[in-house]
Amino acid sequence: MYLGKVIGRVVSSVKDQALEGKKLLLVRRLPNGPAVVAIDAVGAGAGETVYVCRGREAAFAFKPQEVPTEASIVAIIDSIEREL
Amino acid sequence: MIIARVVGNVVATQKQEAHEGKKILLIQPLDLENQPMGDVIVALDAVDAGVGDRVLAVQEGFSAMTSVGHVESPIDAAVVGIVDMVEFA
Amino acid sequence: MVLARVVGTVVATRKDPRLEGKKLLICRQVDPDGNDEKGYFIAVDTVHAGFREKVLIVQGSSARMAYGCKDTPVDAAIVGIVDQVAQD
Repeated sequence: MYLGKVIGRVVSSVKDQALEGKKLLLVRRLPNGPAVVAIDAVGAGAGETVYVCRGREAAFAFKPQEVPTEASIVAIIDSIEREL
Repeated sequence: MIIARVVGNVVATQKQEAHEGKKILLIQPLDLENQPMGDVIVALDAVDAGVGDRVLAVQEGFSAMTSVGHVESPIDAAVVGIVDMVEFA
Repeated sequence: MVLARVVGTVVATRKDPRLEGKKLLICRQVDPDGNDEKGYFIAVDTVHAGFREKVLIVQGSSARMAYGCKDTPVDAAIVGIVDQVAQD
């Protein structure tokens, strides 16, 4: 998983059926990575720091539904205790 | 697997069920000279690692999921070992 | 699969129990000519590879298909020792 900040949302009217009703969020990988579109699995919103699960595993956030995603927001971060 | 250093703990109240009850670690991948390599990763902890530890991390779904005991969960990385020593030929 | 050369070992006492008894080798990826490329793997050795040997590594979920790696948390395995690379 990797850290990200929610910087926007994507609206799409024509999309895979399994994506209906899902929130598509634009997430910038921290500290200064690219922005990706991730599907929200925890109710995240703009400006929040989250972590994103990538790859085939991302779809498990919505099981038993099979969702065509390779990036899912799986947690909203309250705080990070960081050293170094 | 890669070698990484645990650099932080992540606290998240609202998260996927499979991530509950597990320590969520922020790890910095290291190169073979122990220098940081790339961005930090969020990984679930399977061996009770702590900040400062040098660890072995897997970045593949099945390995990560089963090491923390949650199959078919959105988990793509886990800490599966604590490095005691690295020896070069 | 990728070509790599064995450059070291990792010792870990506290680890996932399914990794007990497995030899963890540090391998640096190389090009067909044997020159080092970026990055490295910690791979489980399934063929008794030795230091400095050129090896074949399988990555990702396929690594668990290697001998003795079924249902283990392994994302890279050494599955062959390379004798020769012939290039046209």
